[in-house]
Amino acid sequence: MAEPADPAVLQILALRAAVLGAVRRFFEARDFVEVETPAIVPSPGLDVHLEAFEVRTPRGKPAGWLATSPEYQMKRLLSAGAERIFQLCRSYRGEEHGQHHEREFTMLEWYRADATSDDVIRDTEELVAFLAEAIDQPAPELQPPWQRLTVEEALQFHANVEIDPLVRDEESFFRVWAEDVQPRLGTERPVVVTDWPSSMASLARLKPNGMADRFEAFFRGVELCNGFGELTDAAEQRRRFANDQAQRQAAGAPVYPIDERFLEDLERGMPESGGNALGVDRLLMLLVGADSIQAVMPFPEERL
Amino acid sequence: MADTSDVKKGFKMLIDGVPFAVVGHQFVKPGKGQAFVRTRLKNMMTGAVIDRTFKSGEKLEKADTEERTMQYLYAEGDSRVFMDARSYEQISLSNEQLGENVYYLLDGTEVDIMLFEGRPIGVTPPTFVELVVTETEPGFKGDSSGNTTKPATCETGLKVNVPLFVNTGDKLKVDTRTGDYVERVKG
Repeated sequence: MAEPADPAVLQILALRAAVLGAVRRFFEARDFVEVETPAIVPSPGLDVHLEAFEVRTPRGKPAGWLATSPEYQMKRLLSAGAERIFQLCRSYRGEEHGQHHEREFTMLEWYRADATSDDVIRDTEELVAFLAEAIDQPAPELQPPWQRLTVEEALQFHANVEIDPLVRDEESFFRVWAEDVQPRLGTERPVVVTDWPSSMASLARLKPNGMADRFEAFFRGVELCNGFGELTDAAEQRRRFANDQAQRQAAGAPVYPIDERFLEDLERGMPESGGNALGVDRLLMLLVGADSIQAVMPFPEERL
Repeated sequence: MADTSDVKKGFKMLIDGVPFAVVGHQFVKPGKGQAFVRTRLKNMMTGAVIDRTFKSGEKLEKADTEERTMQYLYAEGDSRVFMDARSYEQISLSNEQLGENVYYLLDGTEVDIMLFEGRPIGVTPPTFVELVVTETEPGFKGDSSGNTTKPATCETGLKVNVPLFVNTGDKLKVDTRTGDYVERVKG
């Protein structure tokens, strides 16, 4: 057989195929069902700093947006009675480009009904260790359990600042986080950061201590995933959406519509659930020690 | 007006009236928060390097800079005069502005001059220049002090450490980035 013209690309393809296959084996062994949800959606997510690609029909009529994550539709499947679901899909975010960002990237999302964020954190730890072994890169530092830190502790420990009053000025909070905290998170072993401020709860429920039941895992300063103990209160979810819309308006950002069918299904009833969204390209990058997600994609934007 | 999406290596921006060149940059978006562009910037006037974080989308003022290749002509008092070989336009830089680079200027040497708002602010000489030794102690045969180099002065006044075999009148190749001797050249 002839020498491959571009062995580097073949290596990327082999790595991705091995990891995607292993993700499916991992979840199937735990009785999860693989699902698919649409890429074009009626609301792309309302988080204030999210920028979505607008979609039009061939004749120019508004058709919705490219999903920034499959969250709403996957939760509607929970309301429909699904108990354990996972999805590997493309997600799309505009105006995000850098070593750890591409406008189009591979997302792994999974949800467990009748479960808590702790259950999903455990899934995450086991999944990452399993994937490392599946591609013959077993790493003792990835073995569960991972270190846990609250947001408050992370700020004190890495930036020597108190969460209050910092959290009252969101821009300052994220500036400190981006400059001083995140680069130092998970330098040797992954760390799970929990207890986010309620103002950053997004679609997470609140814990009895008033903090959001939201977690993010970091490894070598890179955010790997964002998960929730899911908010199931439709009225509270509507209040947050309205608040997000107002903030978007104030910031001069496009105000996306509320996904009413998602709220209807939430109202009809969604079980207490845990869910997580994990950036597959970032995980691949970290597993093989690459320094950018572009290095593990056959067609990043710059080579397209 | 430029913004953070224009930031890449070599992009030049104005901060408080001072031109800075981007030497490194990273897009960061913590969690579901505000996106930032972290940059490492080099002050083009002083060479000092600083870190600056911009909000993603923040407007940036592009610095009016231009790099031109010019030929060294002659010394005039405390200054040196350069000429653009195509337009014949001449520019004068003080010895102070040139710093160490005055030692790399021979008649006709081509240098890159950085202009900021039309005024010269920096010079990049060729990476290697060839200079004749005008003064160095002879051979030091049988030197027992353990020294393997000795000082030498070149035609431009540059002082450089050279191997013991180098003699007055030899031509040397010098690395202008470090000011170090590289090799003796024939001719």
